[in-house]
Amino acid sequence: MPSIAKPVAAHPSLRRNQLGLTIRDYEGAMSTLCAGCGHDSITAAIVRALWEMSTPPHMLVKMSGIGCSSKTTAYFVKGAHGFNSAHGRMAPIATGANAANRGLIYVGISGDGDSLSIGLGHLCHAVRRNLKMAYIIENNGVYGLTKGQFSASADVGSKTKRGEDNRMLPIDPITLGLSLGATFLARSFSGDKEQLVPILKAALTHRGFALVDIISPCVTFNDHSGSTKSYLYTRKHAVATTEADFVPPASEILAEIGQNQSTAVTMHDGSVVRFRSVPPNYDPTDRVAVISCLSDHQERGEIATGLLYLDESVPEIHEMSQTSDRPLVDIPFEELCPGSSALEQLQDEYR
Amino acid sequence: MQPLGHRRINDFAFKLANVNGTGSASANGLLMQAIFRMGIPVSGKNLFPSNIQGLPTWYEIRVNKDGHTARALDYDLMVAMNGQTYARDIREVRSGGYVLYDSSWPLDPALARPDVQFLGVPLARMCNENFRDSRERILMKNIAYAGALVAFLNIDMAIVEQLLDERFASKKALRESNLRALLLGYEYAKQQFECPLPFHLERMDANADKILIDGNTAAALGCVYAGATVAAWYPITPATSVMDSFKEFCDRYRKDPKSGKNNYIILQAEDEIAAIAMVIGAMWNGARAFTSTAGPGISLMNELLGLAYYAEIPAVVIDVQRVGPSTGMPTRTQQADILECAYASHGDTKHIVLFPANPGECFEFAPVAFDLAERFQTPVMMLSDLDIGMNDWVVPRLRWKEDYRPDRGRVLRAEELEEITSFRRYMPENGSAIAARTLAGVHPKGAYFTRGSGHNKFGGYTEIPDEYQEVVDRLLLKHRSAAQYVPHPVIEHRPNAGFGIITTGGCDLAVREAIDLLAKEGASASYMRIRGFPFADEVPAFIEKYEYCYVVEQSRDAQLRTLIANETSAPREKLRSIISYGGFPLSASHVLKGIATHKEAPIAVYR
Repeated sequence: MPSIAKPVAAHPSLRRNQLGLTIRDYEGAMSTLCAGCGHDSITAAIVRALWEMSTPPHMLVKMSGIGCSSKTTAYFVKGAHGFNSAHGRMAPIATGANAANRGLIYVGISGDGDSLSIGLGHLCHAVRRNLKMAYIIENNGVYGLTKGQFSASADVGSKTKRGEDNRMLPIDPITLGLSLGATFLARSFSGDKEQLVPILKAALTHRGFALVDIISPCVTFNDHSGSTKSYLYTRKHAVATTEADFVPPASEILAEIGQNQSTAVTMHDGSVVRFRSVPPNYDPTDRVAVISCLSDHQERGEIATGLLYLDESVPEIHEMSQTSDRPLVDIPFEELCPGSSALEQLQDEYR
Repeated sequence: MQPLGHRRINDFAFKLANVNGTGSASANGLLMQAIFRMGIPVSGKNLFPSNIQGLPTWYEIRVNKDGHTARALDYDLMVAMNGQTYARDIREVRSGGYVLYDSSWPLDPALARPDVQFLGVPLARMCNENFRDSRERILMKNIAYAGALVAFLNIDMAIVEQLLDERFASKKALRESNLRALLLGYEYAKQQFECPLPFHLERMDANADKILIDGNTAAALGCVYAGATVAAWYPITPATSVMDSFKEFCDRYRKDPKSGKNNYIILQAEDEIAAIAMVIGAMWNGARAFTSTAGPGISLMNELLGLAYYAEIPAVVIDVQRVGPSTGMPTRTQQADILECAYASHGDTKHIVLFPANPGECFEFAPVAFDLAERFQTPVMMLSDLDIGMNDWVVPRLRWKEDYRPDRGRVLRAEELEEITSFRRYMPENGSAIAARTLAGVHPKGAYFTRGSGHNKFGGYTEIPDEYQEVVDRLLLKHRSAAQYVPHPVIEHRPNAGFGIITTGGCDLAVREAIDLLAKEGASASYMRIRGFPFADEVPAFIEKYEYCYVVEQSRDAQLRTLIANETSAPREKLRSIISYGGFPLSASHVLKGIATHKEAPIAVYR
């Protein structure tokens, strides 16, 4: 499990982003996950998305809990602050971090054990607070580090490697999010980088809490024939319900989006999510329509993927709390301490 | 009628027995505040049930011209307003004392005591005759008995009227009805009885530079002054009013004058685990953050306190202790979270713990808690308790040093980071046990990976025994090195002292009174009050000086004694335990009885 540093040398022909950084600058330590792990593909998509967005590495904060997924924060953007915390507790730790400094970009990496079992309560409340962060669940239906127990996202009828049946209903973070009033819900597949990268960009730009559930097969414990989270099963059953492009804020491209206003959502920072294709009568901003579409998919045994729901109108926690625009960490002590004469005055009320 | 007993000025205690939810708190607070304004040393203890309405509740007021205001167990007067508890309340009055009761109905003759004088005031009848609304009749009964007490105890009527003016400045009608009720009781007492009673009040000038404040308010104010900007909490008795007060003070002092926006954020968490997680996240990111809780909350926070200890992240926790274990008695006081806080979490952990004794120290220690947390990059727990936190105490006016600046500990600034080749998170600096830290967003060279998993001094993951031990050994040194920075014990050596008495927190006043009473009997005892853990060298040095010491505290298992024995060179057998853990604040008589019992035959523990 020790982390292995990657060589820093980059080929001179590598393209550079607006900050003059190559994609190698967005990498982290060498992954210590199993070869073929879906999580590594997600890591690669995150690296790509952040590089393309020209995110300054040291302005990024990487939060995680415990589990295979949570280890991956070490594998991207080595120039960012990372916090690999405690099992299930990433959401409230990220809440506190964001409360202190709203000026940074927060990405949380979690797994189905971390988010849907031990930390489920915290996830629900982070949704309610509409905490501004991209929250990624690397969902493989299984506990990897403890060797193959079912997680709460395991489907009814799926089997462990040893052949035991799961009889309990899974917790689906997307339908859960819809019921909780989540403002950004997406599902993708670790094997579909084309779909994943724009979703991640949109998630990182979203006004509040962006929940991205990514089916990420566990090659060691849950990639067998009885699994419903295997590569084969996911490739067979995943249906790209929506296809979306992410257009960063730049006025010259705005005209292009005008063609189909109904499926273009302007993000809080001026960038645009343009839905290239959605099913008939599907409105990604209409909660009820999305719920009904998802249950149709479910009945057909399909895994609906894409940016499924998006609402940019809901204030995030700082907006709700009327917090100063300046990050709280940047307010000098002199402005925070009322001083001795105020104390004298105040105490006249305690007589 | 002839009053019993001798004339006694400014030295007595009385108790008010009420029904919860009837508005008695307002009347009792009025009495307490009026006595305070008369310049007399006074304390008020609210002994209330974990209930919103209907159960018995008591309020005790003790006045003592010499400043001994710990809880007294001898009541000169009982205001018996609760039929459910008449028998027990009347039994508690000292011989020669008085009972004030509502004579609207006859008192059960079985309750009569020949050695106690009964003062019947028809409170309900008078209020029914004078007030129409049924709720008002109940509320005003309380103000009416307060009026009778004004007469019986010689409380300054002008002060009481002034207090009513202040309370109801914007509600004139309420002021009038309160005054009317007050006078009903007052006039009746004056007409029917010889007033004042032989023990009563006379103006003094002991409170000129004092205030009346509870510990939770003072702690919250301390956090505002310390520069805390993030507060996370989960509601719990008896800590809730810390956050209520913090919010009030922030509304007042933390609005940006230009934008009107808040220079703070309060996060009501989903549970105490989330609350401490938020504090850790916020302090990891450079803000001053705290949570307030009680024992059950500390239990839930254990895992993350260990994370903060091991990953070296500051955190401040205010624990307003209540009676445990489990739900225990949420509205009763105890000091039984000491060991839980000192060693919170699995694995080898030790924390910095502060023990304020009164609201003044709650205010004073709040910035100390933040300074220590940031300097030592570790959780700091401030252990108040229900008695300190929720009762109004008379304390010297709070002082603030204008030149105070937060000790942010070793946090590398952008300029410093620019200079260095590479940042190594857990590498101690020049001989100290502290390693510099960095904050996100400050400089690209400051980035590192914080982990609660095994790490070496470079901050890298490790499973190598030596590398792991090197870090945790430094943590032990770091904890030890905090001993000279925590508030030092208060020590008062007395000439020819035969023994020492060690105590902590809210036991302070009772122990001091006991020492004074012992001195009157010719027994001299020295005093030490512990104010911080890790223990300063003065702690074992004090114990060293005496053949034996009593350790007076409020937990069944004598947790302070255990901690001293465990963490200092002091031999356990020199520490004789006196404990009181039933849930009420300590009184001097308990200490004296404990000492007497130990003297008769040495025992392990006096309960």
